[in-house]
Amino acid sequence: MRTRIRESALPLLVLALLAAAPFLGFGEGWAMTLLARAMILAMAAVSLSFILGGAGLISLGHAAMLGFGAYAVVILDDAGITEAAVVVPVAVAAAASFALLTGAVAIRTSGVHFIMITLAFGQMAFFTAASLAGYGGDDGYTLYSRTSLGGTRWLEDRLVFHYACLGLLVLSLLLCRMLLASRFGRVLRAAKESSLRVRAVGFDPYPYRLVAYGIAGGIAGLAGVMLANATEFVAPSYIAWQRSGDLLFMVILGGVGSLHGAVLGALAFVLVEEWLGHITEHWRLIFGPLLILAVLFLRGGLAGLPAQLLGARNRG
Amino acid sequence: MAEPILELAGLQKRFGGLAVTEDVSLRVAPGGIHAIIGPNGAGKTTLIHQISGTLRPDAGRILFGGRDVTALPLQRRARLGLARSFQITCILPGFTVLENAALAVQARSGSSFRFFRPAASETALNRQAMSALEQVGLAGRATTPAGALSHGEKRQLELAIALAMQPRLLLLDEALAGAGPEETERLVTILRGLKGAYTILLVEHDMQAVFALADRISVLVYGRVIATGEPDAIRGNPEVRAAYLGEDDA
Ligand SMILES: Nc1ncnc2c1ncn2[C@@H]1O[C@H](COP(=O)(O)OP(=O)(O)O)[C@@H](O)[C@H]1O
Ligand SMILES: [Mg+2]
Repeated sequence: MRTRIRESALPLLVLALLAAAPFLGFGEGWAMTLLARAMILAMAAVSLSFILGGAGLISLGHAAMLGFGAYAVVILDDAGITEAAVVVPVAVAAAASFALLTGAVAIRTSGVHFIMITLAFGQMAFFTAASLAGYGGDDGYTLYSRTSLGGTRWLEDRLVFHYACLGLLVLSLLLCRMLLASRFGRVLRAAKESSLRVRAVGFDPYPYRLVAYGIAGGIAGLAGVMLANATEFVAPSYIAWQRSGDLLFMVILGGVGSLHGAVLGALAFVLVEEWLGHITEHWRLIFGPLLILAVLFLRGGLAGLPAQLLGARNRG
Repeated sequence: MAEPILELAGLQKRFGGLAVTEDVSLRVAPGGIHAIIGPNGAGKTTLIHQISGTLRPDAGRILFGGRDVTALPLQRRARLGLARSFQITCILPGFTVLENAALAVQARSGSSFRFFRPAASETALNRQAMSALEQVGLAGRATTPAGALSHGEKRQLELAIALAMQPRLLLLDEALAGAGPEETERLVTILRGLKGAYTILLVEHDMQAVFALADRISVLVYGRVIATGEPDAIRGNPEVRAAYLGEDDA
């Protein structure tokens, strides 16, 4: 019980800090933009952590799901539709459908094959987006307004947008946590440990994995809607495989074993990236090795850090 | 013989040039324990794999409860009531002992496409899982992560998972594999306790255990069934003694 409290202390603290951030000196435009981006990527990372940590599906094409959400905003915007009540369901359904269609093929494979196939589907989405001349092609598409909420322009407000991102992030976390604890999630988790064992008691893991993949795609699609709104601009680079790699890295950095690890990983990733970018233009040369060191020495990722520190102190 | 629960007809399996199952035909009657014995490499595990659906035979048919299941995958046969244990322990090390058994109960308790309620709070699942653990004497370890069990306890859990499926036929592949003398004694006692309640097809090469438990014994040598009969008849069968028992007794 005490470990349970200790385990949830860190994520609760981080979420509380995010909630208070606008009043703790991070209320300025650039800081709010950065935090919004971090929370949105955290949401996508949580959905990736759900299928990676929960079902053992290592996808290197998750940014494509984000892209489907973002491009749904673009395409509807071009058609003059900006109402959230339409945009959000369309975006989520588009991303989830793409996940289900590609997942139906990819999930029949495993290991390196799965990684390569998701990468290939991701690149397909990337090149498709780049060829959409009507929506800016390679150059991207600028949105002239944010998605409207029941006809209002609330999302244009920095504070409202901040809490919308935070709210959706918390919802994604709770949803994925609930799913993993359910009967459905138990089959997923079991199949991750031993697919043979799960089959021997009477389950075919395939449909469970596929549904999980579709749900993760839907959540990432929603993150894509928010990303498009945050930057008011969408380009194919959002879908590039490097973005999928970043998401994977956030999950691993944060700790594969826990959903909130993905939040910690995404925040750390975005903030360190930004900070290094200010110090030197060669920040990538520092960032890469830093990430590798983090993975090598942080067993259990950032989420496991408190336990690791406490363990070291108890031993010392 | 009563209507057999399991019937094998002309099963064949080759690995490359090696014939591992050679024209195996066998009938297992409901109730009681039917044992398959044979020296290492005789093809016992390969036979269990084919019966459970982990491997497809090259030829022949498998009837379970009168139904041809030859083409059905492992999970479909499990749903029909065919449970198996693995010679090489196959449990979920990160799950608790109780949750390992609860997953098996869940598989036969309605849909698992349920997304809202925490599975761990389903008392009906937990109760039945617990009773499977009680049957093998593992109830005291319910909250332990399965990966932390001793070897013998893992064998018990393997058995409990199969029992939690409430199978019509229990396939046990060397349930005693790798167990020490004390653990073996405990497992034999557990198996004796299951006798009557379950139909068991037991693969084993611990002779003492087999003759103590089985109602019928089939002897497999180089992929062929060379004899089937009551324990006494098998013990006295000269062909069996020559092919197999002789080595052990000598
Ligand atoms: N997948 C496989 N590929 C090739 N040969 C195999 C395979 N599985 C088992 N064998 C061989 O088949 C023979 C029978 O193995 P097995 O069924 O495990 O015997 P037993 O369980 O009676 O010890 C052995 O010679 C073994 O090496
Ligand atoms: Mg064997």
